[in-house]
Amino acid sequence: MSHTNLTYVDWLIMLLYFVFVLGIGFALKRFMKTSKDFFQAGRSLPAWICGLAFISANLGAQEVIGMGASGAKYGIATSHFYWIGAIPAMIFVGIFMMPFYYGSKARSVPEFLRLRFDEKTRALNACSFAVMTVFSSGISMYAMARLIQTLHVFDYIFLSAGLPLGWIFHLSIILSAIIVLGYIFLGGLTSAIYNEVLQFFLIIAGFLPLVLIGLKAVGGWNGLKAAMPNPSYLHSWHGMAHANTNPLGVEVFGLAMGLGFVLSFGYWCTDFLVIQTAMATDSQESARRVPLIAAIPKMFFPFLVILPGLLAIGAATPKPVTTERVENGAIIRLTTLPTELEAKGQGLVPAKADPITGKIVLDTSGKPLLDYDLAIPSMLLHYFPTGILGLGLTALLASFMSGMAGNVTAFNTVWTYDLYQSYIHKGASDKHYLAMGRWATVGGILLSMATAYAATGFNNIMDTLQLVFSFVNAPLFATFLLGMFWKRATGNGAFIGLISGTVAAILHHGLTLPVEAHTGLHGGWIAVIHSYPSDMAQNFWTAIWAFSTNFIVTIVVSLFGTPKPESELVGLVHSLTPKPELGHLPWWRRPEALAVLLLIMVITLNVIFR
Amino acid sequence: MNLDLRIPMGLMFTFVGLILTVFGIVTRGSAIYAKSLNINANLYWGVVLLIFGGAMYLLGRRGQKRADREPPKAVDQGAVRRAH
Repeated sequence: MSHTNLTYVDWLIMLLYFVFVLGIGFALKRFMKTSKDFFQAGRSLPAWICGLAFISANLGAQEVIGMGASGAKYGIATSHFYWIGAIPAMIFVGIFMMPFYYGSKARSVPEFLRLRFDEKTRALNACSFAVMTVFSSGISMYAMARLIQTLHVFDYIFLSAGLPLGWIFHLSIILSAIIVLGYIFLGGLTSAIYNEVLQFFLIIAGFLPLVLIGLKAVGGWNGLKAAMPNPSYLHSWHGMAHANTNPLGVEVFGLAMGLGFVLSFGYWCTDFLVIQTAMATDSQESARRVPLIAAIPKMFFPFLVILPGLLAIGAATPKPVTTERVENGAIIRLTTLPTELEAKGQGLVPAKADPITGKIVLDTSGKPLLDYDLAIPSMLLHYFPTGILGLGLTALLASFMSGMAGNVTAFNTVWTYDLYQSYIHKGASDKHYLAMGRWATVGGILLSMATAYAATGFNNIMDTLQLVFSFVNAPLFATFLLGMFWKRATGNGAFIGLISGTVAAILHHGLTLPVEAHTGLHGGWIAVIHSYPSDMAQNFWTAIWAFSTNFIVTIVVSLFGTPKPESELVGLVHSLTPKPELGHLPWWRRPEALAVLLLIMVITLNVIFR
Repeated sequence: MNLDLRIPMGLMFTFVGLILTVFGIVTRGSAIYAKSLNINANLYWGVVLLIFGGAMYLLGRRGQKRADREPPKAVDQGAVRRAH
């Protein structure tokens, strides 16, 4: 990307955002009196705030950029990640699971596992979760610093100050670390949630005008249709009956079972990163409503984050442009030349450059590969004049930072309650744990920075980490499902089941390979006994195997053991817990009514874009 | 929590809207809008954000005043409070 000319207006808007973010932290500081205030937002926030934070926690910039990238690469089929891969799970967690999380008085998801199962299951979950949050936050930090470098937004300032451009990376890391540390240290989970809500509105404020201008530029919806590389780009269900006839390379069973059930329920129903926001509400009824409120905007987010990717592919590829204007009687001609990367790209998606040599990367047939991750950033830079450009970039920065913040608050809670208080220092005063939480925040941020720098040294570290996370996360949902709905499930069953599920995921990955991939990070490192049409299909099936293994092993092991007495399981297992009292609410205000409405809406969307 | 988020959020969007609107008025007809298909994106979107931010701020102020008038509620004892 060649010319990023930010002016003082853009900087002013970014600065304003930073001032408010830290200002909110300072304003909240005086309310942080107990560890409950700090880690659980005092369990006092309204449902709509937590609902918006619930989806924003998952709307980090990697997701925003990744969804735009998939939109450019696969078309509207990407919306399956929202409509199939989120909404049903969000409804399920709200209606069926939230009463146990909130009602059990557990302060975190691992703590729920201790109440329901035993200490070792909690320790396993808490340790793996704490490690993953720190790494995820580090990856977010790294991605942000790289993007700032690629967009050249700081270049002008650095050049005029005579500083080396290599420092931009360090500055981005340090700046984001200080800001996120600042507001969490001061305001804890409340700060993180407030900033997630702020980010939610900033994403809309920054991306809605982008979509509108982008749509106008390609000539509306019909113009977009005509500009697509192939007609199935605008249909989410075309060719889904068979893996070879759709861009995702997944068949309908793998999609529904792998993405729609195992992966999405595993994420939305068990990940403390999102559950913590629902647990910060003031009542169980509000907690149940949080994921349901979140599902409404979630449903429409494809139009904000996936559509820009499609618009980027559909737009005209940059050519030399000459603008003419008359100034003081003289005609001034300005010619803007696209860079080689832009000219060799498709639409506004530039060609991919090798990070070391800077040359264009070609595929086996000699065509340039496209750098889909730049679809959304190029759209911003192409259509936004200075002023509103600052707003768009602020939205991106905000989502990077709130992605980090969610991970850091989840980390400090799990560290303090589930590891420190349980195994290192029991029975200290509440003040002590509050201080520990603050210092855990500092530690979490320092570890994130270390991860971000490690990522610069090893090329594949991000892919490797994400792969390892998928092995750990894939079987999780089976444990929660059995724990909440089968009173016979035992601690030994859960523990052995979880480990077998992860082993199954590793084995499946080692034994299968997507076509056209090399053995190694993509799989097949034991032997290749099956190949999948795409890595997405392999990923979905790894999850299905991990889940099923955990499910079966947990049942078998539990049947050999003695379950906990029923009196200890009240409030933790469905059949032993009294139904939530909703008699005081009219039928249309009950969570179930909202759930049915959501299902109708999501089915309608699927029918429209089938 | 005693800080209604709508107040700082409303203020922030009001300021952003104000900056964009003023900048949009000053740069009317400028060549910078060639990018955005000759639409003065700053002016129009600035006005939208100004209205959004202002409304948010006023709602937040009203909510805060109401919350200050009511006695604090015991949240922990399972008391049901409606979402705002």
